[in-house]
Amino acid sequence: MRDVAVIGVGCTEFGEHWGISFRDLFVKAGALALEDAGVSGERLDALYVGNMSAGRFVEQEHIGALIADYAGLATNHVPSTRVEAACASGGLAFRQAVIAVASGMEDIVVAAGVEKMTDVGTGASVDMLASAADREWEGFAGATFPGLYAMIATDYMHRYPLTREQLAEVAVKNHENGAKNPIAQFRNRITVDTVLNSSLVADPLRLFDCSPITDGAAAVVVVPLERAREFTDSPAKVLASAQASDTIALHDRRDISTLDASVAAGKRAFSQAGLAHRDIDMLEVHDCFTIAEICAIEDLGFCKKGEAGRLTAEGATALGGEIPVNTSGGLKACGHPVGATGIKQIYEIVSQLRGEAGGRQVDAEIGMAHNVGGTGATVVVHILGA
Amino acid sequence: MSVSRFWRKIPQRYNLIGTQCTTCGRHFFPPRSLCPDCRRSGKIVDHKFNGEGTVVTYTVVRSASDQFENTTPYVLAVVELDEGPRLTTQVACPIEDIEIGMRVHSVFRRVAADGESGTIHYGTKFVPTE
Repeated sequence: MRDVAVIGVGCTEFGEHWGISFRDLFVKAGALALEDAGVSGERLDALYVGNMSAGRFVEQEHIGALIADYAGLATNHVPSTRVEAACASGGLAFRQAVIAVASGMEDIVVAAGVEKMTDVGTGASVDMLASAADREWEGFAGATFPGLYAMIATDYMHRYPLTREQLAEVAVKNHENGAKNPIAQFRNRITVDTVLNSSLVADPLRLFDCSPITDGAAAVVVVPLERAREFTDSPAKVLASAQASDTIALHDRRDISTLDASVAAGKRAFSQAGLAHRDIDMLEVHDCFTIAEICAIEDLGFCKKGEAGRLTAEGATALGGEIPVNTSGGLKACGHPVGATGIKQIYEIVSQLRGEAGGRQVDAEIGMAHNVGGTGATVVVHILGA
Repeated sequence: MSVSRFWRKIPQRYNLIGTQCTTCGRHFFPPRSLCPDCRRSGKIVDHKFNGEGTVVTYTVVRSASDQFENTTPYVLAVVELDEGPRLTTQVACPIEDIEIGMRVHSVFRRVAADGESGTIHYGTKFVPTE
């Protein structure tokens, strides 16, 4: 197995891009990443594209070929593969690229993620996102995606001392970070009252506990570490790439409030990298809902179960805190174009490791990304180091 | 949901018929055709659940997909059946009454409809047991 490094990153602005099509979003992110890496398209060995549901959002399948074509790679016949694991599609696409390079099969590989969600109405989006859970036995009963995470929150708050205000602090902190991120969908600061006064979506979760519907794309270029210096003076080394599965339905989990796949993927990642929690300087976690960030911090082992709410309210996860979490603004404020999110997490970590994160810069040499599919049926964890 | 996709699970959806692995005795609802514990040495048979259970967790859904939008707000819950398995269901009760630990039992109800003129999907909901 070869060591792998990220040599270039690119990301579109996240938001409601009424004027930009699915394919143009991707082309924009891909071009930014290749330019950043100083690599021309004809040198690519392969492309892995994370995408959850272009088939239903824009009625387009065969995404790999479409992307290769409009990225100008079809005439060179560059192999292009779509990777899908609901909201973890991006993280999984990155992992496929890492595996391809580590194995020695491919040398210069692009991992990308793209989702175009605003071409359908909200009701249709809600229905599509519910397909990340079990359609036959959760969706049929009327389970929405916020509804499932709300049931995690109900269980969690029944068992652990998490207050409604502490939960709101997750969104407040992520908006604070988003305000400093030029690609974020929401760059406005909010208060605990903003969250508590927003409308209920699924009790106890309110509108400002939920990540938004977003268009966006992100791409990164990976190569063998031994070749990284040909392209850049500041490669980011991939220290771990781990993945874990769990039951598709929330009701079949061992514990409603613990994402066992996060626990498993986290442990595998730490073991691969030979690192301990104190070695991690920053975290990008999958905060599709505020409760999800609380669970992620705990399930990855950064504190005991039941403590993340208090730590968040005390500022431990803010910029400059003990362990900054979601410096990008997270899914909540940066936005959540589902297939692109996992790649945007890598983009954010590489930006931080290089010292290019502007007003949200933290002191970081090692960062961890945590990307979740569904309510935790797929979890992908990566560790990158400067 | 297409007619055939709904129709093939009518016994399970209407009458709470799941499965059981006779090798290890474990019950499954939703039904499974492979026991995750015994795998290929498991033997799976149908099992009709008695419909008694307890609320494990819940929410009140206020914003739903188009199919359920005209029934909001509704109570969504994970219910643990007395035989062991857990399922996701609606609990037909006033939204302020729902609580963890509430005893419930299954009833036959209309669950959703595909628009004004589409298929009406019946199935199982749960109601509080007095």
